[in-house]
Amino acid sequence: MTNRKPLKIAIASGKGGTGKTTLSTNLAAFIADQEEVALVDLDVEEPNSGLFFNGELFHEEENLKMIPKWNESKCTLCGICQKVCNFHAVIQLGPSIIVFPELCHSCYACSELCPVDALPMVSKKIGVLRDFKLNKLHFVESRLDIGEEQAVSTISKTKKYAEKNYGNAHITLFDSPPGTSCPVMEATKDADFVMLVTEPTPFGLHDLSLAVETMRALKKPFGVVVNRDGIGNNAVVEYCEKENIHLMARIPNSRKIAELYSSGKLIYREIPAVKMALQGILDYCLETVEGERK
Amino acid sequence: MKEIVIISGKGGTGKTSITAAFSVLGGQDVVVADCDVDAADMHLLMQPDFDFSEDFYSGETAYIDQSNCIRCGKCAEVCRFGAIQDKNKLFIVDPLSCEGCGYCARICPTNTIVNKERLAGKWFISNIKTGSIMVHARLGIGADNSGKLVAKVKDEAKEIALEERKDFILVDGSPGVGCPVVSSLSGANFVVLVTEPSVSGLHDLKRVYELVKKFNIKAGCIINKADINPVKCAEIKLFLEEEDILHLTDLPYDENFTNAMTEGLTIVEFDHGLLKALLTDSWEKIKQVVSSKK
Amino acid sequence: MKIAFTSTGTTWDSMIDPRFGRTEYIVIYDEESQELSVVDNSAVKNEAHGAGTVTSQRIFDLKPDVLITGNGPGENAATALKHIKMKILVNAHEMTLRQAYDHYRNGELKEK
Repeated sequence: MTNRKPLKIAIASGKGGTGKTTLSTNLAAFIADQEEVALVDLDVEEPNSGLFFNGELFHEEENLKMIPKWNESKCTLCGICQKVCNFHAVIQLGPSIIVFPELCHSCYACSELCPVDALPMVSKKIGVLRDFKLNKLHFVESRLDIGEEQAVSTISKTKKYAEKNYGNAHITLFDSPPGTSCPVMEATKDADFVMLVTEPTPFGLHDLSLAVETMRALKKPFGVVVNRDGIGNNAVVEYCEKENIHLMARIPNSRKIAELYSSGKLIYREIPAVKMALQGILDYCLETVEGERK
Repeated sequence: MKEIVIISGKGGTGKTSITAAFSVLGGQDVVVADCDVDAADMHLLMQPDFDFSEDFYSGETAYIDQSNCIRCGKCAEVCRFGAIQDKNKLFIVDPLSCEGCGYCARICPTNTIVNKERLAGKWFISNIKTGSIMVHARLGIGADNSGKLVAKVKDEAKEIALEERKDFILVDGSPGVGCPVVSSLSGANFVVLVTEPSVSGLHDLKRVYELVKKFNIKAGCIINKADINPVKCAEIKLFLEEEDILHLTDLPYDENFTNAMTEGLTIVEFDHGLLKALLTDSWEKIKQVVSSKK
Repeated sequence: MKIAFTSTGTTWDSMIDPRFGRTEYIVIYDEESQELSVVDNSAVKNEAHGAGTVTSQRIFDLKPDVLITGNGPGENAATALKHIKMKILVNAHEMTLRQAYDHYRNGELKEK
């Protein structure tokens, strides 16, 4: 690790429950044994990484979004706002204009197209960003309030916060939401490398192939980690060989790991094989990104 | 006709495997709806024949007709999502960033921008190995997982159930706590919560149950891998009691879950011992609860 | 009194649609004229988001005194419906409109 250019690694998986969070938290703690690292939980609907650390709360701020606020005294009830809102977030019921903050995408159309300026934009809390510190580990998470749907903008803001505060850390890890829809794209789009976590089962393979398609569409360098190796079959390994995808590590299946995870403990500290796997993953990420940058 | 929805909040708890097992136990009486469209895996266990398929559109994307564009740049100015970029005096829409708010189209002085429906994926009706029918879908990469596709899948399943006089619709619900889950829950007669005794399992169970409560739906719970963490398991049971959630069963940590999946079978086809007995018993309980008049 | 039902069909024998926002039809019974009228709400299927607010607006225009539905409106719809002076009765799923109406007359439906 001679070149100290900052490196962003996203940890993603097509399917939930493959061990994405386990891997992110263990990798982060493993790196933090040696140097500063930031772990950013971008699974804003269900952020779970924080459950594995007892860090000290270092900073907390509200995540805000802009929504229109009705000014009754100026309004002429012309109905333009309701007409221009594609999301049904502003409706007119008789003599009232009602705004639905959860449905609003903050496009400003209603506000700026209102002829009498009766819908100025104001900020509204949609969740909380928390920043924890545990020795050399910085842990940032955002949590959306229930019912809020603007995951993408929260993900983007959380990334910006991490960039601003921990952009100097050599390595930043992003724990991405599961699936292949917009939030995943947002979480992975400016990573230097994406680590796809899967299990060697038919479900794992199916979802991995979707995630691989996504990463290829984004033109991201990526590698695969097989978790719970030993269960299921060899199809994931064969798929990776056929598709020329690098298999970075195979983490063995064991009841011991499942038990450690369930009580929120870090696994690599108890199981040496996992520690070696993490080192292998890290080396490969660094090498690949160095190669890409040349 | 009764609608039973299976959800979990967190991924990887065995929700889909359990839904598939119930659909085999229910056999001809059950129409299956896979609403976990982001990671639709259930078809891997049900041998669907993809008898009918259709494109699915959701949301909109701006489209600029370059031949009429006067390059005034107003569209890029009003776009809050950075979706319109000036590339050598050509204004180009990035469909991944565009949220389809339609603001650009409304202010374009030459009306050269239109909002077009966005292809979001495909949906299918299949005959499956249980002798019954399954409605399922596949979301395109980076598509917006809205309530609309979930509602579509459920509607089609409902129509088939009515036509064919089926007793039950079994819905594999969406993950998370956002709009797709709300759509999965809406209209349900009974919810089965599948969880596991881990820090994140309990955390996500509580979060998703908030939603279930809002809809006044009676709920039952299956604790999977119950023996992996007795302390957490007890905590979950306490929560179930407090909230008056029916405790359906505890399933042990059992690799037959994966072994069955690897063979393309549901658990009840693969395992003829304890797992099958527990799941059969749960299914009978569910049928009893939804069929009894309150 | 005008009674609105979320409904899967257009007659007294139709089943209540348990969904509010994405209900197929809104059926109105006018107790004075004893007439049943129907508003087709199926276009709401085309809405990716905000089905609840669109349906609320339709209900507002119909000005019923009572709304009978199944699971009850979601969060957004509930906010909109607060602006309408109307009683909302829930848990009428698995009933036909006729049965739901009888239950309502007997005071057997739960108020939201």
